[in-house]
Amino acid sequence: MKITLRIWRQANKDAQGKMQTYQLDNVSEEMSFLEMLDLLNEQLTDQDVEPVAFDHDCREGICGMCGVVINGAPHGRYNSPVATTTCQLHMRNFKDGDVIDIEPWRAGAFPVIKDLAVDRSAFDRIIQAGGYISVNTGSAPDAHSTPAPKREADKAFDAATCIGCGACVAACPNSSGMLFTSAKIAHLANLPQGQPERRLRVKAMVAAHDENGFGGCTNVGECAAVCPKSIPLESIGQLNRDLIASLFRGDGRTIS
Amino acid sequence: MPVATTSATPSLSVHQRALRSNVVKKAIMAVTGLVLITFLLFHMFGNLKMFVDAEAYNHYASWLHDDILYPILPHGWFIWIFRVVLLACLVGHVYCAASLWRAARHARSSKYVHAAHRPEQTYAARTMRVGGVILLLLVIFHLLMFTTRSVQIGFDSASTPYEMMIGAFSLENWWVVLIYAIFVGVVCMHVRHGFWSAFTTLGANVGPNARIALNCLAYFVAVLLFVGFMLPPVAIMFGMVN
Ligand code: HEM
Ligand code: SF4
Ligand code: FES
Repeated sequence: MKITLRIWRQANKDAQGKMQTYQLDNVSEEMSFLEMLDLLNEQLTDQDVEPVAFDHDCREGICGMCGVVINGAPHGRYNSPVATTTCQLHMRNFKDGDVIDIEPWRAGAFPVIKDLAVDRSAFDRIIQAGGYISVNTGSAPDAHSTPAPKREADKAFDAATCIGCGACVAACPNSSGMLFTSAKIAHLANLPQGQPERRLRVKAMVAAHDENGFGGCTNVGECAAVCPKSIPLESIGQLNRDLIASLFRGDGRTIS
Repeated sequence: MPVATTSATPSLSVHQRALRSNVVKKAIMAVTGLVLITFLLFHMFGNLKMFVDAEAYNHYASWLHDDILYPILPHGWFIWIFRVVLLACLVGHVYCAASLWRAARHARSSKYVHAAHRPEQTYAARTMRVGGVILLLLVIFHLLMFTTRSVQIGFDSASTPYEMMIGAFSLENWWVVLIYAIFVGVVCMHVRHGFWSAFTTLGANVGPNARIALNCLAYFVAVLLFVGFMLPPVAIMFGMVN
């Protein structure tokens, strides 16, 4: 099929970007969205035009590197009931003659590096602030020495599937990173190993979230509707409960 | 132990930084917003007293002003305590709204060229901020009219509370009824998203069923407020009360 692409081109972080139009023929509906972009880049290289920069790695929906906004929808999911990453989206979702607008994640906290690639290191800084548990290495404890209740373990596992892609921020009217932050909070708060640092963790991560330039949540729910891993909106409820409860406790009162 | 690696203000403890977070501002908005909604429910219910008769309504109005909690409090004290609390809630609510609005504008610094696809955002949610500002202006108008009586439409300084209401909403002042319909409509839209949002902010959204239940309750409260507040003016306008 033939499609028309309108793609955000921006030379670097400080350059003024704009939408560029490209025609692409011979697009097969079996192609993934990224393979379609590969095809475009081959064509651009042949024409001596700078190829379009976009992030990707695993191309099987598990690494969280890919992600662009397609016709206004992060990862191009639109109203489909099937959660998807950009790399798992296929061209059969489009039809001959379609005009497809492709833009990078837009958020103050995610500056554009080039074209469609954005800098998501603000997410790393939120995780660094507390998204882990501290353990002393040594001989591994017996597997059954710390019982983990099944219901909580399942919740923790579901939350742990967040791949840090950033679609939640791209979709949010406030560019809030609450779904991402709350996925880590819900993951560790539902496991016995997460308990010792639970209160300090939520305080540190919420503070880091705001200080890195993400907006506040207004409980709209766009994040959960685009999340490729179906992280549920109630994770944010867990974060709110944990934060409010932790403020009545002394954790993190001393300046370290 | 988790440490702050990105502290914008290293002189603050983690606890202090968390206290200054957006989630805390949201929680303040939630609590103050719910206090305001509770007040609105009582206010609406009280207004319906006018359907009993003029005497019942005037008696209720004077009880509000002079007698609540008497004799624990002297005559007329309660109303002032009540006003101070409500004003503090409104100020806290609006202050946090402004602060979060600023943060969100900063965070969403660039817009999409292709209009963002937002399947979840309701009209009520999208208009919370602008609606809030309109709401604030209409609240001021409302107070100028019925509390301070600086704006007198269809009544004068000597009117009883009942006469004031009948005069203001009479058929020749149909446009006052229209303004109030808009006012109450804006309030109800705000409550439609605000009610669900407040409970979620306070952690009550524990799962998909809770989300449905909270949203249904929000619709219920919003519609109840609209009907309850609009019954008296509409009934007066059509001459069903005199
Ligand atoms: C009778 C007056 C009011 C009531 C009953 C009320 C109620 C509420 C409630 C319950 C919330 C939800 C809080 C949360 O999500 O944590 C809310 C949110 C909000 N209110 Fe109000 N409010 C009132 C007046 C105002 C005014 C005067 C303004 C602005 C000038 C305002 C602006 C906002 C904004 C911006 C939000 C946040 C929107 C969101 O979370 O999506 N409100 N309000
Ligand atoms: S919560 Fe979902 S949308 Fe957000 S970063 Fe994680 S996987 Fe991506
Ligand atoms: S490239 Fe790894 S998730 Fe898409």
